[in-house]
Parts: sequence; structure tokens; C-alpha cells
Amino acid sequence: MSITEDQARKVAHLARIAVDDAALPALARELSGILDFMEQLNEVDVKGVEPMTGVTPMRLKRREDVVTAGGNPEQVLSNAPDAREGFFAVPKVVE
Amino acid sequence: MTDLNKLSIADARDALHKGDVTSVELTDSCLTAIEGANALNAFAHRTPDMAREMARAADARIAAGDASPMTGIPVGIKDVFCVKGVPSQAGSRILQGFKPEYESTVTRNLWTAGAVMLGKLNQDEFAMGSTNETSCYGPAVNPWRGAEGVRLTPGGSSGGSAAAVAADLCLGATGTDTGGSIRQPAAFTGTVGLKPTYGRVSRWGVIAYASSLDQAGPMTRTVRDAAIMLGAMASADPQDSTCVDLPVPDFEAALTGDIRGKRIGIPREYRVDGMPAELDALWHKGAEMLRDAGAEIVDISLPHTKYALPAYYVIAPAEASSNLARYDGVRYGHRARLSQGDGITDMYEKTRAEGFGPEVQRRIMIGTYVLSAGFYDAYYNRARKVRALIKRDFDQVFDDGIDAILAPAAPTAAFPLGSVDKGDPVQMYLNDVFTVTLNLAGLPGISVPVGLDSQGLPVGLQLFGRPFQEAELLNQALVLEQAAGFVAKPERWW
Repeated sequence: MSITEDQARKVAHLARIAVDDAALPALARELSGILDFMEQLNEVDVKGVEPMTGVTPMRLKRREDVVTAGGNPEQVLSNAPDAREGFFAVPKVVE
Repeated sequence: MTDLNKLSIADARDALHKGDVTSVELTDSCLTAIEGANALNAFAHRTPDMAREMARAADARIAAGDASPMTGIPVGIKDVFCVKGVPSQAGSRILQGFKPEYESTVTRNLWTAGAVMLGKLNQDEFAMGSTNETSCYGPAVNPWRGAEGVRLTPGGSSGGSAAAVAADLCLGATGTDTGGSIRQPAAFTGTVGLKPTYGRVSRWGVIAYASSLDQAGPMTRTVRDAAIMLGAMASADPQDSTCVDLPVPDFEAALTGDIRGKRIGIPREYRVDGMPAELDALWHKGAEMLRDAGAEIVDISLPHTKYALPAYYVIAPAEASSNLARYDGVRYGHRARLSQGDGITDMYEKTRAEGFGPEVQRRIMIGTYVLSAGFYDAYYNRARKVRALIKRDFDQVFDDGIDAILAPAAPTAAFPLGSVDKGDPVQMYLNDVFTVTLNLAGLPGISVPVGLDSQGLPVGLQLFGRPFQEAELLNQALVLEQAAGFVAKPERWW
């Protein structure tokens, strides 16, 4: 499986990682190399096999749907690059 | 007493309880060793004030007769664990300045047991790497050196933990293992590394890489120490829904040294092409040691072994691409400087381009690709089906009465820093060939040093155990450790 520069650009955008156009050929080459390596999986007969979601045969724990934490906005915001008046601040989202 | 930092956890505990040493003395000895070991770049963030305060509290506890086996023992913590108020950035620039407001369950358990925090240990960025070279702090360096003093990798991703334990900077360290990140560095540094069964140790507060594979464990100088430290790290945890509600056994009490009648499997698929002859010879020797101790050695087959690596490199990046979506420059860590008119998408893209290193970017993009419309079935679902077959291989072997499996821990001994081709990521991935199977199957595994190769570098063997049978696994590892009698230490050059 070979990845084109256009596909590499699209993946980078989906992943929200800025990639310079000049870096696209190398990126496409690396991604193609990794996908080639994964092609081996096509040799395996997986007919009738269910995809595994977890290794431990246990039902995920349940708990009461009640509030267990909260009321600490200062702690929540303490690591924010930009926080104002009790909110996270970001660039304009809506035109 | 001199060189207190070189004590095993078990010996230090006994000395503390007899009153021969204090935790303050032990801790000062480690802090001095750390100060003199800058060349190893093992500690990324040091917490000497916190360490001394915790050591004083531990001494008070011991005096009051309220001590557990880890009380007063100075340890290093891999950077990936959140420690309240202490920089915790998983070796990544994108978490620069992040100081958690909460404590990971593993570290909380250790502090509750009375362990002493020396600082945060270097690692590959987000635990993605096998050489510690993807760290934003620069690589940790192996205390063992190559020919003519060449600097070697301590392995990865828990490279700082392995280097610190091997160089006696701490008595034990925490690590995490997603595809071999505890066991391979332990093998590269002549130390012991235990990856518990998935679900034995809580993942709460451990910065996530691949959630269905990540598991924390101890890295120590002896098997007994690993047993003691795992006992303090493990617990049930309502904050991690994948952490099992099983009682934590007394792992140390299980160390009887008696493995008579146990059946140890030797998987033929692990004898890979190009395996160095001396590694193969050590593997044989390890099997003989277990046989001499009364175990039965059985040839076994794990037919899907060769597909573990490609399956892992689909599943782990897929999970990583989801987990790392949270680093968006909004809630914590780095945010890129924006230009006039930049919108929120520019902020995301610039922040993530600046904050993530090349290997992390690569894995996020691979994960994004294999999860994207049109490829999900071909890659991600197929890999998860192969994972089910890999697990089935192990289930069948255990159903046939095998108690444990013996295999090499890594395809080579430690190699020089900078020797892996950065343009060929698959070359680095091949390091994990003997370790990833275990993560895919969720099984416990332990790496034990068994000898030196012809270059004088440590070589480790791995034992794989049945799910949640860490006690039995540790006992088998103890037998291997005692028979191998590995006592070599790196000559101090740092």
C-alpha cells in the first residue's frame, strides 16, 4: 500500500497536525513503509474470528449514575494555557 | 554504612526495621548518587525537598511501629505517572509546564505504603519508542558502556527507570509496558522488570498511550524486590474500570524457590532468523537451569507469533491517535503562538506540530489512517482479529498444562545511541518482537538478567505466566535468578 502526498496531507489534517508541504514526500514514504509492514496481516485466515476488544473476560464495572466530583473550577483551569473568568479561552470559533 | 543507595529493597527494609539505618540516610545517599549522575540523564525532574520530607515521615512511622515493606524506600517514578504538583509530561514537549492536580493510583499506593519520591524519570515520548531517544529531554544513557566507551541506549520506553535502577540512583522505579517498555530496558541494563497482567495495576493517572495494552509495573535489581514493590503498586481501583477486583496476594511470601513439577514451555516461533548464537545459547542455558531445579521443559508452538508485531503497530497507534486527541492546546500544556487571524483549527494544528515529536506524530497519523473510513476493516478490525488468535495461542498452551513460557527478552543486547535509522521506523519496531505478544494477550511477564554477552553486556530472559499468577511467575523468576547468579555491575564512568 503506497500513500500519496495528497493522502499524507489529508491524514495530517485529520490528525490536526500541521505538516509543511516540503515534508510531505518523506512523510508519505514513512507511512507507506509502515503500512507495507502491516500487509503481513493479510496472510492470516481470520474467518469467523471476532475482533478482540479487551483481554480480560470481565464485564466493565458499573456504578450509580451520580455526581462524585466537581465544584473545583480553579483546579480544572490551573494548567490551562489561557483561562479567563472561570472558562478556557480559545481563538474565535464562530465567524 | 556506606553506599546505602546500592542496597536491595529487601535489605534496606530489614535494615530500616532493625534501626540500622534511617530513611533519611537512605534517601540522602540516593540524592547524592543522582547529583553525581547527570551524564546518565535518567532523572528529568528531581524532588529532593519532597524526598527528605517523606523520608522523615517514614522514619517516624517506622519508629511508631506502623511500617509496611516499602516504608522509607526511595524510588524513582517514570514521568508518565501523574504526581500531584510535580511536573508530569511523559517525556513530551506538549505537556511542558503541566503539574497535575491529582495523584495516579500507583503513586498514591506507593506513598500510602510510605515509599519516598526521588523524582521523575526519563522515558520515550508518551512511551513510544524502544531506545529512549524520542524523549523531549534527550536520551537517558545506559550505565553499561560499549567497546571504547561508546554510549549505549538503556532501551525504552522506560529507559530512565532502567538506567536509574542499574546505576543505583534509586532502590526501585516504576515503569509502564505497552509493547515491552519495562522488559526490554530491564534486559538492556541487567535489571529485573515485571509487567503484570492487564488489570492487576490501576491505569488511573497514568498518561495513556494505548489503553488496552498499557500496564504499570516495578523495575528493580532483584526478583524479591519486584515482588515487594508490585505488592505496594497493585490494588483494585474504582477509578479504572479495567482494573480487576482481585485481592493482592503477598507476592514475597510466594517466593519459595520450589518449582518442581512445573511445566515450562519453549516456544519454537521465538527462534527467529538472525538471532545471535550467544543469545540462543543463553536461552538454552536458562531452560537447563529451570530443568535442574525440577521443572519439565516442553517444546511448544505459538503459531501466530510472527503477526504480533504488525498487529501491535496497528492497534497501539489506533488507540494512541484517540488518546492523544486530548492534547489540543486548550486545557493543559503547550499552546502554539498564533498569527493574526488564526482560527481554532490553526491552533490545534500548530500546537500539535510543535508539541509532538516525530515518532509520536507518525504514530498518531498511522492510527488516524487505520481508523479512517474505508480502512477500518482492512487494518484495525483485521489486527484485532489477529490479536484474538494470538491470545488463543496462549490459552491453548496453558490449557495443555504449561505453567510458564521462557523466551529471550530482546533480540540483541543494548546497542549504541543513534544507531537506529530515523528514516526507517520499522527497524526500531523490530526491537519489540519478543515482547509485544504478551501485551496483546494481556499476560504477565518478567525479564531477568541471566548473563553477559561477548561484549560484556547484560542479556535477559523473559518468563511469561498465566493471567493473574504473578506470584507463581515471580517464584519461577527467582529460581532463574538464583541459578544464573547474575551479579555483574557496570563500572562507574559517569
